[in-house]
Amino acid sequence: MEIEAEANPMDKYLRADRIPHIWCPGCGLGIVLNAFLHAIDELKIDMDELAIVSGIGCTGRIAGYINCDSYHTTHGRAIPFATGLRLANPEMKVVVISGDGDLFAIGGNHFIHAARRNIDITVIGVNNYNYGMTGGQLGPTTPLGARTTTSPYGNVEHPFNLCHVAHASGAVYVARWTVLHAVRLKNSIKEAMNKNGFSFIEVIAACPTTYGRRNKMPTGLDEMKYYREHSIIRHGIDPSQANIEIGKDIIVGKFIDIEKPTYSDAFEELKKRVKK
Amino acid sequence: MKKIRFWSGDIAAAEGAIAAGCRFFAGYPITPASDIAEHMALRLPQENGIFIQMEDELASMAAILGASWGGAKVMTATSGPGFSLMQENIGLGAITETPCVVADVQRAGPSTGMPTLVGQGDVMQSRWGSHGDYETIVISPSSPQESFDLIIRAFNLAELYRVPVIFLMDECVAHMSERVVVPPKEKIEVVERLKPSMPPEQYMPFKPLNNIAPMAIAGMGYKIHVTGLTHNEKGYPQTTSTEVQEWMIRHICDKIRKNERKIRDIEEYEMDDAEIAVVSFGIAGRSAKAAVKIARKHGIKAGLIRLKTIWPFPEEYFENAADNIKKFIVAEINYGQVKLEVERSIHGKASVELLPKFGGAVHTPMEIYNKIKEAKNGN
Ligand SMILES: Cc1ncc(C[n+]2csc(CCOP(=O)(O)OP(=O)(O)O)c2C)c(N)n1
Ligand code: SF4
Ligand SMILES: [Mg+2]
Repeated sequence: MEIEAEANPMDKYLRADRIPHIWCPGCGLGIVLNAFLHAIDELKIDMDELAIVSGIGCTGRIAGYINCDSYHTTHGRAIPFATGLRLANPEMKVVVISGDGDLFAIGGNHFIHAARRNIDITVIGVNNYNYGMTGGQLGPTTPLGARTTTSPYGNVEHPFNLCHVAHASGAVYVARWTVLHAVRLKNSIKEAMNKNGFSFIEVIAACPTTYGRRNKMPTGLDEMKYYREHSIIRHGIDPSQANIEIGKDIIVGKFIDIEKPTYSDAFEELKKRVKK
Repeated sequence: MKKIRFWSGDIAAAEGAIAAGCRFFAGYPITPASDIAEHMALRLPQENGIFIQMEDELASMAAILGASWGGAKVMTATSGPGFSLMQENIGLGAITETPCVVADVQRAGPSTGMPTLVGQGDVMQSRWGSHGDYETIVISPSSPQESFDLIIRAFNLAELYRVPVIFLMDECVAHMSERVVVPPKEKIEVVERLKPSMPPEQYMPFKPLNNIAPMAIAGMGYKIHVTGLTHNEKGYPQTTSTEVQEWMIRHICDKIRKNERKIRDIEEYEMDDAEIAVVSFGIAGRSAKAAVKIARKHGIKAGLIRLKTIWPFPEEYFENAADNIKKFIVAEINYGQVKLEVERSIHGKASVELLPKFGGAVHTPMEIYNKIKEAKNGN
């Protein structure tokens, strides 16, 4: 018997000819994609004016599934690529979606400087506590003590608190959610995309295949249960108070929402002042 | 009306870039290329362009690729250490067929080397610096005038072939100031990239039409996917198809290789009856020319082959030249790079000798002349 699948209302935003996607069962990335598509749907974004830029990794594959101008760049370089694109083409809404390793290890320098300059882009950083694509190595967000393929005896490095990094670097909007908070995540994406300036959302996402399995959460559901038991919402908290540690509460919420001139605003002003 | 200017090579390159339509520059300071960035910071806002100083050369290269997809004519400028950092994204530019110009003002290397002194050691890197099979076009000016004229050509070729073009300068050319004749605007030929005009459902972003695919920039409504993964004509990743890999590599290489003759730009001096040819480029090319003049005064049949385009290497040109030349002397400020290419191209028809300089100084005309004299005397 053939079962006809009902069209999902979000299908229109996807490149149908690129499905099935590459992600594992239980992976959090589908929820991130879904929340993003709902956000652009509710914002009524003109898909001709949206550009998605990503680096390399499981998360980096999101760009290729969304039916808009999409750029899958090199590992770590999504943000500077997006910076060039946004400055050269100010009509475009530019969103970077990439992984924790991509954005904060190999690309960490670009993140802090784009935030400092207040480049008008939204960055969605998917934190799955490890390098999913390459088989589950230690990353800059791997919690102390966690086991990965390159920390087989437990991680001895202190992880980054991504929201603290974003805040300290100058981001005008900073929020953190887990993939359990799909609707709040969607609302945050809408807010971030409406911000003028560098907005950042950290999404804590399940990676059962390469992270969960080695850390007593072998399925996506286990990770979701962990988020439900451990996450607490604290809007407006100083992000420096929101470190992530194994077994402790994960503080989520909207932490920062401020206004300041963007790089483009300032550069346009400068151009006006410059007389030939 | 034409204008006469007194410019350094760096300033001339920056002005030439602007004349070619460059409106986006991203860079990171490094001697001897910083003057280009500084001049762009001054001039681009006047031309409604954008200058941004990035946090490093990795970012600079990524930013110009993004801006090129945003629709701008783009450039960065650096020197050896920064050029090394740019290589991964030069590869991204090659595989995604992104027009851009990268000025590499060579100083003596490797590593930090001699930051303020001349070198020409990046010849091979400018062609082979990124991993995998690809082609670039590499142009080398010998003077501020050529820095102006040839960078315009660099932009035109980048747009025409959708390829990163390396503008391979050297410290001497960059820092020397000379008279530069700036032609009137209407006399400057400027090439614009081909953009698609067909309906989106018919457009294949990486399907060549007459060698090159039209390029849809962001926001045109084509909703394209651009990836550094091996991709098909549609731009979709095909990471396990050896057929697609072969098709793509052939395309990004052959679009340049098959047009080598059109891209080729060589200055020949006294080559008609020459038996000894000095091969050189950049600042060394000027000493080589002076040496040939001295040789001719002494009745030696010497000539000069000065490469203004180094890559794609003019193999066919050298193979033909070798029919009449007994000896090629390759004068370059490195320990033998163009020399290897000359040797490879002539299939043993003549002898090839390297006259190296190791960086920090330019050959004197007499050094080159002495080599010519030795060759004449059969040493
Ligand atoms: C320069 C470079 N170094 C290493 C790699 C290999 N690599 C691919 S993805 C990746 C890590 C991805 O981790 P993350 O950004 O967290 O993304 P995830 O897969 O977890 O979503 C690495 C190291 C690469 N592609 N390029
Ligand atoms: S490895 Fe992890 S992040 Fe990658 S697709 Fe699988 S579950 Fe998702
Ligand atoms: Mg990760």
